[in-house]
Amino acid sequence: MKSKRTGWKLLTILVLSYAVIIAVSVALGWDKFIVLDPKGPVAEVQQKLIILTGLICMAVVIPVIVLMVYIVWKYRDTPDNDAPYQPEWNDSKLLETIWWGIPILIIIVLSIFTARDTYKLAKPPVTDSNPITIQVTSLDWKWLFQYPDQKIATVNYVQIPAGVPIRFQLTSDAPMNSFWIPQLGGQEYSMPGMAMQLWLQADKPGKYFGSGANFSGRDFAHMQFEVESKPQAEFNEWVKEVKASSPELTKEGYTQLAKPSTAKQEFFSSYPDELYTEIVDKNGGIYMKHSDGLNSGSYNGSTRP
Amino acid sequence: MWENIKEFASTFFVTGDPLIYGADVAIVLTSIAIVFVLTYFKKWTWLWREWITTVDHKKIGIMYLIASLLMLFRGGVDALLMRTQLALPNMKFLQADHYNAVFTTHGTIMILFMAMPLMFALFNLVVPLQLGARDVAYPFLNSLSFWLFLMGAMLFNLSFVIGGSPDAGWLSYPPLSELSHSPGVGQNFYIWGIQISGIGSLATGINFLVTILKMRAPGMKMMKMPLFSWSVLSSSIMIIFAFPILTVTLALLFLDRFLGAHFFTMDLGGNPMLYVNLIWMWGHPEVYIVVIPAFGIFSEVVATFSKKKIFGYKSMVFSMMLISIVSFFTWAHHFFTMGSSANVNVFFAISTMVIGIPTGVKVFNWLFTMFRGRITISQPMLWTLGFIPCFVVGGATGVMLAVAPADYQYHNSYFLIAHFHQVLIGGVVFGYLAGMYYWWPKVFGFKLDDRLGKWAFWMWNIGFYVCFMPQYALGFMGMTRRLYTYGSDTGWDLGWAPLNLVSTVGAFLMGIGFIFQVWQISYSIRKGERDLTGDPWGGRTLEWSIPSPAPMYNFAVEPHVTTDDAWWKVKEDRAKGIKPAPVKLEPIHMPKNSAIPFIMSVFWFIAGFGFVFDWMWMAIPGLVGVAGCMLARSFSYDTDYYIPVDEIERTEAALRGRTV
Repeated sequence: MKSKRTGWKLLTILVLSYAVIIAVSVALGWDKFIVLDPKGPVAEVQQKLIILTGLICMAVVIPVIVLMVYIVWKYRDTPDNDAPYQPEWNDSKLLETIWWGIPILIIIVLSIFTARDTYKLAKPPVTDSNPITIQVTSLDWKWLFQYPDQKIATVNYVQIPAGVPIRFQLTSDAPMNSFWIPQLGGQEYSMPGMAMQLWLQADKPGKYFGSGANFSGRDFAHMQFEVESKPQAEFNEWVKEVKASSPELTKEGYTQLAKPSTAKQEFFSSYPDELYTEIVDKNGGIYMKHSDGLNSGSYNGSTRP
Repeated sequence: MWENIKEFASTFFVTGDPLIYGADVAIVLTSIAIVFVLTYFKKWTWLWREWITTVDHKKIGIMYLIASLLMLFRGGVDALLMRTQLALPNMKFLQADHYNAVFTTHGTIMILFMAMPLMFALFNLVVPLQLGARDVAYPFLNSLSFWLFLMGAMLFNLSFVIGGSPDAGWLSYPPLSELSHSPGVGQNFYIWGIQISGIGSLATGINFLVTILKMRAPGMKMMKMPLFSWSVLSSSIMIIFAFPILTVTLALLFLDRFLGAHFFTMDLGGNPMLYVNLIWMWGHPEVYIVVIPAFGIFSEVVATFSKKKIFGYKSMVFSMMLISIVSFFTWAHHFFTMGSSANVNVFFAISTMVIGIPTGVKVFNWLFTMFRGRITISQPMLWTLGFIPCFVVGGATGVMLAVAPADYQYHNSYFLIAHFHQVLIGGVVFGYLAGMYYWWPKVFGFKLDDRLGKWAFWMWNIGFYVCFMPQYALGFMGMTRRLYTYGSDTGWDLGWAPLNLVSTVGAFLMGIGFIFQVWQISYSIRKGERDLTGDPWGGRTLEWSIPSPAPMYNFAVEPHVTTDDAWWKVKEDRAKGIKPAPVKLEPIHMPKNSAIPFIMSVFWFIAGFGFVFDWMWMAIPGLVGVAGCMLARSFSYDTDYYIPVDEIERTEAALRGRTV
């Protein structure tokens, strides 16, 4: 009996100290939960959905666990337990209807929210301002960003105007990767030979963390990039500055860049025309033309140009 | 000449890492030790006669069990290596390449070479006994399945010291797994290790489907069959439909690598998305293949230790069969972010959530089996009670992941990692361990020690939460899977360090839990409580009606079943003083042992090894050997024999004599 009590004490201490460690780390780093700290309309829709579905799930999980603890305690096999014992009772249409019914209802509710937001996010987040396009290429093991309207290019750094919807076109000149800026919205795969589309937007100026989320080989862990959102005027200023002060990205330069290696942030005042299309085509995009092809449909990109 | 040999050896053997050299030494020493022990104790013939050539489902089950526990150790060590590397930011414990190989082998081994064989161990150890059968439908094929699995697993594990491990993730997405990005032999080991054992898995699925349909004791209608056997039926059906997809997918990947085909490269018109779709058409049913038998185990355990009939038997059967069907319509939820249209994503999101319904129903049925019962918290029950909250939370996070727009934020993050470990450890591992503790006395004739078992349980259970709960949080912090390092070295410090450290501590607690189990088994072999009754837990189903361990023919007399919980009914009748009708022993028809499965699997191994290194001089003779074995089997007619009545009488007298 004594050893049993020691065991329980030990367990309680363990559970409590674990809870304390978790509570402290969460409290110290609340602002680190970037997925739950959205800075744009897409991430906001997703954050609300995460919290809503999380709460619905907790509303199921907690009662079930409480019920289990209660049942195990109440019907434990001790000589003095006078709770009812019905070894043959194994069927109840009413009870079974209830627990087939409750999950069905919950799934219906969840399905409605899921469908609503899936269709919502398939469109640009805000339609009253003109979107800009940024072409993203995942390389071994770095990110290349091209601005087809501004004609500049960057590596591992992407600056965007705040309050403007951004149409990211994603492809890869390396194994498949996934383009993720948690505070602006969920990720999407970048795949060789295909051009995917992902709408994101930052509401306010700020710096955000972006990364490759899909394993792509040796230095995958170094495929992190910086996203900076600035007011439109400052963004225009930055574009001018890059145009004035940075080197060109030549064909030769791109070949070097595409070689397997890690990279720091880089800026280019121009890049070869049609570089993006060439990247897509040479990786097999040429075979996709008959069906989806360039600018293929995607999660929030069933809109094709 | 010498130079050539040196150059060959430097690419053939993996070099450069002290861990590898350690493994080399360990492998050589263990092999020498095994050979020495077998020779010294003159056990070679015993090994050959009793184990290698056996077609007895119980012995095959034991071999599966041993192999899967070894693989659990290997996969667990992989896990601890990873957690050590991630314990602190900017850690220099593993190089990137090594880390990538470790997470690849961890995933592959845990699913294909640990969960699958542990499941097959329980299929083999329990199903024929539960059905009142003398063996599986195809005993020869059963032996072949085991040896193919073992040779496949050995081939895969060999890559650690020879040639180099695969390092493109456990599902090896192209183009990363293509020759262009993975030129080494690692991916070949992956393909052939899985292919060879996969044939065995498919055969096992067929074997148990037929066993359950055709070998049940007289009177055991399908709806009187124990729920574990139902779960095996459900799982076998899924295996039969899912594994051919895996075989074809890997065969196509092999053609890409070997012949320069372009099924999965965008060049020349192939498409990697095809691979991703195909591999998940197998991969998603695969997780239900491994979890459904765990549901069956829990159903047996809960009823036995609540001393009560299972609640809602029909619902349980219906929900298992429903899951096995719906599981084939959810695969695309593994890549919502791959650019499918909104319609496709909505379809797969809803079909995925639908799986939650029958699964939830099962949880309620287990709870209400305990309701108004009398609950004993034995070791199998302890694991079952550990399972329920763990699986309910894991299921809930699964439903959250199914919400497609939200999945864009969870995908590839540690939230996902935490989720699937929660359902696979909390569901599959806890389930199979519950099954192992439950049926252990039936298989070996003694119980596993209770006190050490409790330590193991609490270490595993607490370790699990300490390890994986922080990973949900890490997902929300933006940490993605398969990062070999994080922190200022990569240019970003996002505050991932404390939770990673906690998680690593949890992983080691689970490791300690495993050590307790090893201790528990070795202690119990010597001192465990012997089971002299054949029915140590107060069981309800037929396997408990015969002595432990069961004689080679299982049932001296074929049982006649009139109701579900057949053995419970017999015990009730006995208590009422109803005497069973006298029976007459008859000679028992049994299959003969055969060396062909083992030899054929060795030829498969040779062929596989040849293909891995593109050595046709080795691969082709290997395949010829396989064909030769098939021919030899086709022309062998002397495959069975009868056990005479007097031998049965002697065996039974000896067994029952000590059962008092």
